[in-house]
Amino acid sequence: MLEVSGLVKRFGGFTAVNNVSFRVDQGEILGLIGPNGSGKSTIFNMLSGTLAPTSGSIQFAGHEIAGLAPHRIINGGIGRTFQIPRPFRRLTIFENVALAGFYGQGRHSRARAEEAAERSLAMVGLPTDRHAGVDGLGAAGLKKLELAKALATAPKLLLADESLGGLDEAEMDQAADMLRNIRDELGITIIWVEHIMGVLMRVVDRVMVLDHGEKISEGLPSAVAGDPRVIEVYLGTDAETTQAAAAEARRRAGG
Amino acid sequence: MTGQGRLAAWGIGLAALVALPFLYRDPYHLHILVLILIWSFAYTSWSMMGRFGLVSLGHGGFMGIGAYVTALLWNHLGLTPWIGIPIGMVAAGALALIVGYPCFRFRITGHYFVLVTLALSGIVLQVITATRDYTGGSLGYTPDRASGNRLLALQFDDKTTWYLIALAVWLFGIVVWHWVDRSMARYALEAISEDEDAAAAAGVDVTAEKLKITLLSALMTALAGAIYCQYQMFITPDTVSGIAVSLQMVFAAIVGGLFVSLGPTVGAIITIMLAESLRIGFGTKAVGWDNLVYGLLLVLFIIFLPKGILGSLLDRLKKPQRKVTRAHEQEAVEIARPGA
Repeated sequence: MLEVSGLVKRFGGFTAVNNVSFRVDQGEILGLIGPNGSGKSTIFNMLSGTLAPTSGSIQFAGHEIAGLAPHRIINGGIGRTFQIPRPFRRLTIFENVALAGFYGQGRHSRARAEEAAERSLAMVGLPTDRHAGVDGLGAAGLKKLELAKALATAPKLLLADESLGGLDEAEMDQAADMLRNIRDELGITIIWVEHIMGVLMRVVDRVMVLDHGEKISEGLPSAVAGDPRVIEVYLGTDAETTQAAAAEARRRAGG
Repeated sequence: MTGQGRLAAWGIGLAALVALPFLYRDPYHLHILVLILIWSFAYTSWSMMGRFGLVSLGHGGFMGIGAYVTALLWNHLGLTPWIGIPIGMVAAGALALIVGYPCFRFRITGHYFVLVTLALSGIVLQVITATRDYTGGSLGYTPDRASGNRLLALQFDDKTTWYLIALAVWLFGIVVWHWVDRSMARYALEAISEDEDAAAAAGVDVTAEKLKITLLSALMTALAGAIYCQYQMFITPDTVSGIAVSLQMVFAAIVGGLFVSLGPTVGAIITIMLAESLRIGFGTKAVGWDNLVYGLLLVLFIIFLPKGILGSLLDRLKKPQRKVTRAHEQEAVEIARPGA
């Protein structure tokens, strides 16, 4: 469904993403992890059109989308959330999502947009009340709104950017389950960028690890968590967490 | 107010406005009312984009083009304003697209957008002044008196006719304002004014949406200029174009209230009454005072009453309990919106 090859992004003399290639299959959840500054968000921004790649190709559903304007990519079937929620505070919660439902699906009709908004809000567990304002939402609510906006654009591929930062453990589990439900019920393929390894490992089918803009490991969660290079560059100072995550992943794979 | 109650109030208000010139015929007061209606329409046109953080100081340019193109076509080619006005509007619209497209495509926002549009105002003023062989330069310009059909020339002597024309044009502006307000485009433009990247991630074609509202605003402003020219039968670069006229639009829209449909109208009432009372009260001694007062009031309004007179009043009537934070209100009219 998504085929990325030789992706490069340079900012002046700094190479943020260096020759990264990967593919995502239909119905898969791919985890994308790496330390701060490893190029995860830059890759997301190129996939969603916010940044144009310096070189490389991005094939989505058979079409080259590298360098296209964001609204064209979004309308072509990719949805994205932002690492830090970016709600429109002058609109109500419902209007936020209806906007995405209208403009993200080729501007069909208001009725269809509102229908999409209702469905998306229900899916993430936000009230479908038309008058509730964004200011009443907490960190978890804003993340849900971010997800609802992305879902309302009717994506085939969802780019979820560190959707769990700032949540407590129960909320994290809930959010992770939600991503899996989105895949299972709506059949949406997902790329999930995350700092928090434990929760991610529990849900994803495959993991890709980035460091300094390069892909250093890719594979099943259990294999990646045990990869010495990953332990060294990504969690070098916190080997216990990695071991625990690896054990958890193995246990799940076994059971 | 419920939807029906609101509609009824509009209906009664409109009926009263239409009946007014038939019951009350004082020509001076009617003249002031016509001016208020025409300028209200111009200010409403400006606020179409101004309310979404697209602060333009170039609208004097659009207004000047509407007025001068119509008058020049009439005098030189004998072209009726019925065709001249649309041509003037198209010219202003084309200029809006030429200036707007690179601005929006390359994300010139906030201060820089204001500066680009400021230059536009200045350029149009200079062009009108410099081509004095055709436009009369800073001495002004008068459309030739029609010898034949007055309707074809859009020239009328009685104030009542002009009052009704101005009322229709003003009403048209209010209707367009409401039409935009209820459309999905409003959601998109509010979103764009807050965060262009996030709006694009919701599928909005940011450049196209900004261009559309800019085009609409420029077309309407040019129409206001043309109507003003036909009514006054005398225009100068300073009364229909230039930076002073642009600033006056910003001032009136902000004082009246940017975010409510009748805000710019309230702004027009205040500015025109102010200018007239200064003129009558102090005569030639007070030339230019109104600009001084505008400037002072603008500063005070942006700091203390950013939603304008009507906006703040309606807020207080509607929800006396709700207190909107000052920071949020100011953000709404902040001219500077550094691009994220």
